[in-house]
Formats: sequence, C-alpha cells, structure tokens
Amino acid sequence: MTALDLASTPSKGISWKAVRLTFGALLLLAGVSVLIHCLSSHETAALALGIILGALGGAAMFESTAESTLIPAAAVTLSLIPFGLFIAVVAGKDPFHAFYLLYAGSFAKWFTFQETLTYAAPLMLTGLCTALPMRVGLVIIGGEGALVMGALMSGGVGHFAQIHGASNGMIVFWMLLAASATGAFWIALAGALKHYRGVNETISSLLLIYIGVALMNHIVEGPWRDPASLNKPSTWSVLTPDGDYLLGGIHFGSFTMDVHWGLIIGFVVCLLCWILMNHTTFGFAAQVVGGNMRAAKVVGLSVGKVILITCALAGAAAGLAGGIEVAAVQGTVNATIVAGYGYTGILVAFLARQNPLAIIPVAILLGGINASNNLLQSEMGLPDATVRVLQGLIFLVILASESYYGKLKFFKKSEAVRA
Amino acid sequence: MTRTLKKSWWMRVAAATAAALTIFGGAFAYQREARAADNKPITIGFIYVGSKSDYGYNQAQAEGAKELAMLPGVKIVENENVPETVAVQKTMQSMIELNGAGAIFATSYGYFDPHVKKTAPKYSSVDFFHCGGAYDASKDAKNIYTYFGYIDECEYIAGIVAGKTSKSGKLGFIAAKPIPQVLRNINAFTMGARSVNPSVTTNVVFTGDWFMPTKEADAATSLIDQGIDVLTCHVDSPKVILETAEKRGIYCCGYHANGSALAPKGYLTGSEWHWATIFKSYLADIQSGKEIPHTTRGGMKDGVVQMSPYGPAVSDDTKKLAEDAKKMAMMGDLVIFKGPLKDNTGKTVIDAGKSYVQTDPVLEGMNYLVDGVVGSAGGK
Repeated sequence: MTALDLASTPSKGISWKAVRLTFGALLLLAGVSVLIHCLSSHETAALALGIILGALGGAAMFESTAESTLIPAAAVTLSLIPFGLFIAVVAGKDPFHAFYLLYAGSFAKWFTFQETLTYAAPLMLTGLCTALPMRVGLVIIGGEGALVMGALMSGGVGHFAQIHGASNGMIVFWMLLAASATGAFWIALAGALKHYRGVNETISSLLLIYIGVALMNHIVEGPWRDPASLNKPSTWSVLTPDGDYLLGGIHFGSFTMDVHWGLIIGFVVCLLCWILMNHTTFGFAAQVVGGNMRAAKVVGLSVGKVILITCALAGAAAGLAGGIEVAAVQGTVNATIVAGYGYTGILVAFLARQNPLAIIPVAILLGGINASNNLLQSEMGLPDATVRVLQGLIFLVILASESYYGKLKFFKKSEAVRA
Repeated sequence: MTRTLKKSWWMRVAAATAAALTIFGGAFAYQREARAADNKPITIGFIYVGSKSDYGYNQAQAEGAKELAMLPGVKIVENENVPETVAVQKTMQSMIELNGAGAIFATSYGYFDPHVKKTAPKYSSVDFFHCGGAYDASKDAKNIYTYFGYIDECEYIAGIVAGKTSKSGKLGFIAAKPIPQVLRNINAFTMGARSVNPSVTTNVVFTGDWFMPTKEADAATSLIDQGIDVLTCHVDSPKVILETAEKRGIYCCGYHANGSALAPKGYLTGSEWHWATIFKSYLADIQSGKEIPHTTRGGMKDGVVQMSPYGPAVSDDTKKLAEDAKKMAMMGDLVIFKGPLKDNTGKTVIDAGKSYVQTDPVLEGMNYLVDGVVGSAGGK
C-alpha cells in the first residue's frame, strides 16, 4: 500500500469534507448576518468585516480555493496573538484597543478604506515585480530601482510632451509608456546578467536599486533640475494647466473616490498577469523554466526569451508604479520618490505566494495595516514601528504556515479530483 | 480516526472560535467606549518626517508640540516617520476626520508642495501650518500658514566659538544638499569663525540626503582624518556626527536641538530652534479668533532660535566674543551678509557697500559658498 493510497483511504469516524463545508457555511452565515446588520442599522463600520467573513466562508466551501485562502487567513489571524502580546508586554498598552484601532483605521469607514486603497495601489504593481520572476525561478528584489527609473523617465518625457503641446491624455499615455519601458529595461538587465553571464539576479537587482537612485538624484539635481525648485531639487512639474494632477481621482459618473486611477491600473495589470501566467502557453512555459531549467531546454523551450520577457514584464509593472506616482501624487520627480514601495512589494509577493491575483487582497491588507498606523500612533501613542512589527509577524507566520499545505486533513481532496 | 482525534479536533475548533469571539467582541466593546468618551478640546496634529527623538530637526518640532500640549484645552496627536508621499496627505486627512484635529502642523519641508497645497483647500475650516514653505497669496489656500527662522544667526555665533576654539584652524561641516538654506548656514558659520580668526577654513561634505547615518559617520571620520578639530552639520539628525566627534576627541557644534548629552566633553555650543514661540502665538490667534499671519519668520530677538549653553571646553575669552555677537543679534543689529563678499571661486557675490538684512528675500536664493569654505556649491 503506497502513501498515496493511505492518504486517500476514506476515514471512518469523520468526513473532513463535511466538516469543511459546515465550517464554510458557518463563516458565510456569520458574514451575511454581519452584512444584514450593517445594512439594516445603517452602521457601515463592520461592512468590510462581513464581506471578508463571507468571502472566506464561500471560499472554504469550494475544494479548489479552500486551502489557498483559509491557511493564509488563519496565519494572519494567528499573528494577532504574538502582536497582542507584544502590545501588552513590550508597549504596556491594551492589545484589544490596538486590534480595534487596526480595524477602525483601515476598513471601518469609507474614508479609512479609501486610505487603505491609496496605500495598496503602488504595492500591487511593485508586488508583481518580485512575483513574476519567481515563476521562472528568479528572486528579483530590485523593484525600487525600476520604480525610481520609471518615475524619472516619466517626468522627463511628460515635460517634453507638455512643452510640445500634447493633450493631457496623451501626456499621461507617454509618461506611463516611458515609465514601463524604462522599468522593463532595468529589470531585464538583471535577467540578462543572470541568463548570459550567470550573475546572481538577487544581488544584481539590489545593486541596480543603488545605481538607479544615484542616477535619479544626479539628474534631478543636475541636468533636469527645475531652477525654481530652490530647497527641494525637482524636475519641472507635469500638471494640468489648472495645477491639477494629470492622473486624478477615480470617478464614474457621479461616483467619485479619493483614490487615484493607479488603483484601477494596478488591479487590471494584476488580473492580466494572472491570466498570462496561469492560463496561457507562455505562463506554462514560464512555469516549466522555473520548475527545471534543464528540462525546459530539453523540451525545446527558449529559456532565455522566457526569462527576459518575464523580467521585462516585472520591471514594467514597477516602472509603471513610478510613472503613476509622478502623474498622480507628486506631479514632479524628486528624491521623495524613493519611498520604499519597491521593498514592500517583496513582502507582498511572498505573502501572495507569487500568485498575481492574490497580490490584490494582500496589497489591500498591507495597505490597511499602513493606514491604521495613523490611529495607532495618535490614539494610543504607539511608535510608528508598531505596524512594521505586525507586518513582520504576519510575514513570519505565513512563511511558517507554508509547511501545512497538503498536510491538513481539513483540506483533503475528494476522490473524484484525485483520480 | 478514533474518538480521541474527533474530540481534540472539536476542542481546537472551540478554542479557535472562543479566541476569535474574544478578539472581535473586545474590539466592538472598545468601539462603543471610544465613542462614549467624546469630549472636545482643540486637537492639533503634528506630522514629522523622521523620529521624534532624533536629537535634530524632528525633535525640535516635537519639543515645541510638547510645550503646546501643556496648555489647558489643547490635545496633541502626533505621527512620526511619515514620508513625503501621499502618506502625508492621508495622515493629515486622518487626523482631521478621525482625531478631529482643528489645526495641522506639517513640519517637513517636502510636505508643502504638493501635499499641504492639495489638502488645505479640501478642509477650509482647518488651519495648516507648514515649516519652511513660501506662501504665495495668489495661488495658495487661505488656511495655509508658513513659519521659519533665521538660524544662520546662531550659526554665525557658533562659528565664532568654533573659530576661536579650534587649534588646527580647520573646521568641518557635513551637510545634506547644496540648497540655499544649507549654503546660508555653511557661509554664516564660516564667516563667524573668520571674524575672530581670518585664517580658518571650513571643509564641507554633502551627503546627498537628509537622513544618511552611515554616510554621515563616514564623512565625519574622513574629515577628522584630514585634521579638522571642530565638526558641525546641517542634516536632519546630528546624532551620529556628534557621537563620532566625541569618540574621536574633537569638538563639535550641534544643530536643530541641544545635543550636549551626546558629546558632554567636546560640545561647544549649538544652533537650536525654539518653535514653541511661534506655535504659542498661532494658538493664541486661533483661540482669540484673530487673523493669523500667512508668513511668520523670526530670529534670535524673536525667540525663534537660540544657542545651546556653552560646553566645558569654551574659554571665557571665547564666551565674551560670542556674547557680544549675541547681544547684537538680540537687538536685531547683526548683519551677516554684507559687501564686499567673495565666494570661494574668487567671484564677488555682494558688492562693497551693499548689505542684506536677515529678512531680505535675496538671501533665500543663495547659491554660493563664501571665501574660506572648501567645497563646491554644485555639491560635486
């Protein structure tokens, strides 16, 4: 009797599938009742909570999604326990108040949820910069460099397009195109060094960050400096004639949001990357290259092409984040573009287990933690490092939870799927 | 799959459910409590770009906030390490919407454009105070007010102390970027030193950014190796620079806040902000409903900047020279930038007979380093 046979022997005492279904149904029920309560009492504070519970419950009821959603969700919830201890013991404050503020500052109100989404927007794109190369087996951590270079080029190209009288829409188009192309080139460099010269891509992409930041500083403080920017060297600003951002807030008809279009762009790019990586022959080829490069060569895949294209796509995503930052937030390029979105993107990619679609909720979760930083500091007087402690704990618990995939009976696949 | 397994599984589920219920139940109980305790003093939000305890720029602002917090009816909410991105816009909004702040102090230079400029028009009943920005009445919202101080007066006096105390005649200055504010401090420091010892020179190193502790430590070490014996700086946090100077047994002058605790032996004096003066006058205007001036600037005589107490290494002769200059500054008679003045490439930058008082806007566009400074205003 092989191990596989053993595992698939139907259990006598308990049907794990039934347990899972019951659990999912209960979660779903809880979520729906919270939602009904919210809608009937016009108290929207717990709306997000209801949605999250409901979604988890729904996911738990399907075999294909249960494991990949419930394990990370349980890990995130579990990480609240050491975090609560940390608040109580190290900071000497009330952990339950901190939990409440974590929720209140991120998802409880429309205002705070928009804040969460604002923080999440760049993380979706920088997360892709690490997640995509992982598919071909490369660990690229240089998203920050691609972002900075993309921002720099978008500032220059935007200014050039503006003085040549392009319309606002066309300026944005050229800016984002330039940003993506520059970012793509930047990470493709690391990919090419790896493929042609065998240089470790993690190190080279890290070093490319320093080069990018130094280059950006040099150009912003030198050749491209707007002479009017006295105490904060910046490039010429690229704004509409009324002084507004070229890429403004999201609005559909009468619905407006205090979040820029970068969120929608990030959403769409994540979705497209997911389709590319999970549902096309290119994605399959990337998976083969990532799984076993020699085998990929043997079956006739052009490994170099797959690696370079994937790296270029990854860099394009991070570069795009930089271009959006210039067009929608800063309106110019200066040293503040180096804000660490690229580094947080590494965390996002790992938490999402390199799945482009999972990057969306993970970016929103981390955006929410960032957003609640305000309340944790101002209401409880906790230091700003508190949210970073929580992020670190979540990261650790998620990594530890990786070992449970495929081992919990709770998620046991039914016979039909196994066969 | 025996009965014991089943039992323990249910116990785990029960424990997990209980834990979840406690977490959410606790959270909701607090939500209710937080709502109940809703009394309203004037809430003022302070936002800092770095740590509140950096012995520098942010600490100086936070000390002003602390003095405000001691006044009756004032509640202070603070956020530190807020980058100059959309994060500061969201922090301002959060302080207004969630903490009920009626006034915001955005204390970093880079918060001004575009962040304060974009947020202020959305909240016309909230006052926005910004450190260092230039208010433009034709473009900027009516609820924006900017404040700053003429700290080069302190730098000039610190220069006198440094120039008189130095034995090697070589001073060191570690600066972030070659921008007008910084160049003005380097020049004032050097001119103060050369007013008591004309052969003194100042070696400048630009680190490229406002908070680069490792680069600052490297620069300090290399300057000390070149023979300088008084070190000062214009970066956000002088901590590592003062500590390096003390460790290597040379003298130092502080910047932004009193750094004597970091260098008890070698600390000569320092240039400090005293923002509470401006903060309190703003608060008085808000509470009395008076119109707040859009641009507030002040020097030593206005109590906006001050010197650190002299350290043990400062001689009585030196103290006397410094006190004489301080008296001039306290009367508002100290004119630092007057002709004839040459820059360090030999070009005349201020003609003979011409002088600029502290408030002169010409000084805010300074783009040269004066004679006696070793370094380039281009920063290369």
